Amino acid sequence: MKKFAFALAASAAAVIGFSSAAAAADKTKVCYVYVGSHTDGGYSQAHDLGRQQVQKEFADKVETSYLENVPEGPDAERAIERLARSGCSLIFSTSFGFMDATVKVAAKFPKVKFEHGTGYKTGPNLGTYNSRFYEGRYILGQIAAKTSKNHGAAYIASFPIPEVVMGINSFEQGARSIDPSFKLKVIWVNTWFDPGKEADAAKAMVDQGVDVITQHTDTTAPMQVAEARGIHAFGQASDMIAAGPHAQLTAIVDTWGNYYSKRVKALLDGTWKAEQTWDGLKEGVLTMAAYTNMPDDVKKMAEETEAKIKSGELHPFTGPINKQDGTPWLKAGEKADDATLLGMNFYVEGVDDKLPK
Amino acid sequence: MNIWEAILLTVITASTPLVIAALGELVTERSGVLNLGVEGMMIIGAVAAFVGAQLSGSPYVGILCGIAGGAVSSQLFAFLTLTLVANQVATGLALTLLGLGVSGMIGEGYVSVPGVRLPEIAIPVLSDVPVIGAVLFRQDLIFYLSIVLLLGVNWFLFRSRAGLKLRAIGDSHTSAHALGIHVIRTRYLAVMFGGACAGLAGAQLSLVYTPQWVENMSAGRGWITLALVVFASWRPWRVFAGGYLFGAVTILQLHAQALGLGIPSQYLSMLPYAATIVVLIIISHNRRTTMINTPASLGKAFVPER
Amino acid sequence: MRIELQKRPAVSPLFSMLSPLLALALTLIFGAIMFALLGKDPVAAMHAFFIEPLLETWSLHELAIKAAPLILMGVGLAVCYRSNNWNIGAEGQFTIGAITGSYTPIVFYDWHSPLVLPLMLVMGALGGALFGAIPALLKAHFNTNEILTSLMLVYIAQLFLDWLIRGAWRDPKGFNFPVSRDFAPEAILPAIWEESGRAHWAFVFALIAAVLCWFMMRYTLKGFEITVLGQSERAGRFAGFSSKRMVWFGFLFSGALAGLAGICEVSGSINHLQPAISPGYGFTAIIVAFLGRLNPLGIVASGLVLGLTYLGGEAAQLSIGVSDKVTRVFQGLLLFFVLSCDTLIYYKVRVTWARLRGGAA
Repeated sequence: MKKFAFALAASAAAVIGFSSAAAAADKTKVCYVYVGSHTDGGYSQAHDLGRQQVQKEFADKVETSYLENVPEGPDAERAIERLARSGCSLIFSTSFGFMDATVKVAAKFPKVKFEHGTGYKTGPNLGTYNSRFYEGRYILGQIAAKTSKNHGAAYIASFPIPEVVMGINSFEQGARSIDPSFKLKVIWVNTWFDPGKEADAAKAMVDQGVDVITQHTDTTAPMQVAEARGIHAFGQASDMIAAGPHAQLTAIVDTWGNYYSKRVKALLDGTWKAEQTWDGLKEGVLTMAAYTNMPDDVKKMAEETEAKIKSGELHPFTGPINKQDGTPWLKAGEKADDATLLGMNFYVEGVDDKLPK
Repeated sequence: MNIWEAILLTVITASTPLVIAALGELVTERSGVLNLGVEGMMIIGAVAAFVGAQLSGSPYVGILCGIAGGAVSSQLFAFLTLTLVANQVATGLALTLLGLGVSGMIGEGYVSVPGVRLPEIAIPVLSDVPVIGAVLFRQDLIFYLSIVLLLGVNWFLFRSRAGLKLRAIGDSHTSAHALGIHVIRTRYLAVMFGGACAGLAGAQLSLVYTPQWVENMSAGRGWITLALVVFASWRPWRVFAGGYLFGAVTILQLHAQALGLGIPSQYLSMLPYAATIVVLIIISHNRRTTMINTPASLGKAFVPER
Repeated sequence: MRIELQKRPAVSPLFSMLSPLLALALTLIFGAIMFALLGKDPVAAMHAFFIEPLLETWSLHELAIKAAPLILMGVGLAVCYRSNNWNIGAEGQFTIGAITGSYTPIVFYDWHSPLVLPLMLVMGALGGALFGAIPALLKAHFNTNEILTSLMLVYIAQLFLDWLIRGAWRDPKGFNFPVSRDFAPEAILPAIWEESGRAHWAFVFALIAAVLCWFMMRYTLKGFEITVLGQSERAGRFAGFSSKRMVWFGFLFSGALAGLAGICEVSGSINHLQPAISPGYGFTAIIVAFLGRLNPLGIVASGLVLGLTYLGGEAAQLSIGVSDKVTRVFQGLLLFFVLSCDTLIYYKVRVTWARLRGGAA
């Protein structure tokens, strides 16, 4: 029992830092809804780090709180409504699956401001925000092409939604810019968060001789497999260097903090408007983890590409690009527009997989 | 290492937890108790092993904690079903629920902490044998334990006096009681053995399979274990074979996907579950063979007459 | 210490009433201890968990929404369990019911008629029943363990839904995101009392189902047949009842109610189909069934209590900052205590301190 009590106390320590609702009522309340746990080491934790940044930056004016592990569906609507009723002025619902729930609650509470992450439905008091993850994945593709000894990599993918397909294509574009014969294998695990499945998929890929893996799922399991099997991998959502000190080349790190504080500042200044924001490397909502475990020339190339994307000189989807079956998609010099990217449902040339329909 | 050796290694890692937990549940069920809480005990074992390994720095302490976690939680089930004769199906479900909740609370501060990996132990001489050496004799302790368990359980059930008594209880607790065998006490021990095995299987998940702690990381393996025991018609060697078959299907569907057969990935993901159902049908279709092996008093409460 | 049980000559009516209350009280005490161990004020925590959600009208509506699928499924499962058939795959039947029920509004999306909604409900119930028929068929004709097959089918149903939503039934205007078309207004289960909250007719269906089942179990021959066969297959056979037919009845009945719950949830609460439609209602419904002591009217009460643990978990998260895992622990504890306290109904419990021969524990 003592041991159990100790463990309980340890987990209690983890929730300290939560700002109590009983705190001063004159502070502005900013609230968050997470699909996972705030310590999931991936997607939701990245958002929570952003929340903590807001809390720190506006400590005397703002009070933050969150609801975690909120299932997508009717529960989300209730959770968001509860936040709206509990006096939150601005609510960030951080997962795509919260879209309709956010729309419904936003219509019901016109005075409360809402922002929905990674969705596309908006309203007078409902904005959206997203990150151009694909910019980072282009750099990963280039590094993979330089690192792989057998001209290929494996992509552990969650679900065939546009976001993921876009990432796969961007990775392949980056790789082909270095090595036109680069082949990208895709393996669908149909989960965002299942270490066992992700590890199995990573192992299966390594067993087939793949020497670079990248993931669009959230646990560190694939990174651990890469480390154990002595190959290279890229981190996702957060810096996974602790799981793969010899394996991680770099990671795309979600850094929502700057965006969140920008929006909270607008709220406090009274200039908040419902907007559709799609920021990227330049605005700092995603950052690249340190380039490690690679020769200096590869590192230099990666840094240059990163700088070019930031300055706007390079767009990962710049023609000529063919679709997977060889039919032309973009003419030379033509850049993909955001609407096409957000609804992407086809592969570019070089992806070695049949897109699940 | 060639691709087949590599795949075999991956299959072994995927199958070991299933085999261990299923052997434990087999002993429990042979004594006539149906514990549906394997999933709950496994996840408690996983979190206990992870936390134990983190606090002590030693994966072996972790293994002990995992076993203890599974065994202790199984006694809760035993108390309810054996002493208070509560419904075994419902109590097993309660144990699973409680296990998932409690493990989540205990592990909350440990999510995404890099874990301690259980090292591999190369067995001298044997590990240098070509092909099988690398696959079978350069493994972690838990794999070796799974083999020991298989042989041990097989010997215990069919070669030892105590095993004979245990089976007698499973077949008819009233006659066993009449013969002076301690029905309740034996069942307590059998349930505890099942819990310890489930805990060990959980330890394998958080120390070997994916050395980290994540909520719900047992991901339904406990349920598959239950299917395996029926699938094997309560025989240790068949449990072993079934565990490996299931592990192989899980891994090979990923390879099938990589080959690009054009089958939707959801259907491939269904494969292990569908395969279990099909095998269950085949096994239980022949009523006579199932009847012979099924512990006749499985799931039935026993209250000694006084 | 030693615990001895002595079978009561008849079921104790006093403890039949008291046992669930005793279990609830024990859960509350243990819960308070748990909160204290977590360093939270137990009184405030219990207030946030069990009282706060009951104080506001909108929140009561939410409770009805949450309890409706639990009661619908719990009632069906209770009938099934009473007949000694163990359907633990209600989650899968719920999913398939949601799919078959959504067939009309998704495939014939431009058919506008007041018939749409009734058709959806019927098809949902049929779908759930048909999916429940699989383990029934396997048990009745192949002697396959229904606990395992019904459970395996849950995973299959969920993956099938996933495939459907990412493929054929994906909203053509939805940017390829995995959601179906939004249902037309005729396909949406209306709110009971729209001015005050979201609760829809599923809750009313749940109450009706509970009352009808109660009536069936208590006053009809079918109810008698279920009870007799459930208690002893042999006795049932002597009475001329077929246990094979009962397998079918139990699964079709609980499957149909689960399917109805599925389509009600999708039509009334979600308004379209998506890969995740249930936070494990099908499994929670098993607790609900047992907490209600497999009595349809008791299940109404237990469904509300379980619904409350979900809402309370959220309220406690916000107001006192405890982890959401507390909800699961509470549900597990509650079931444990209910099962232990039920012993009192059938047995006299004597605790003796002397060690006797053949002592257990």
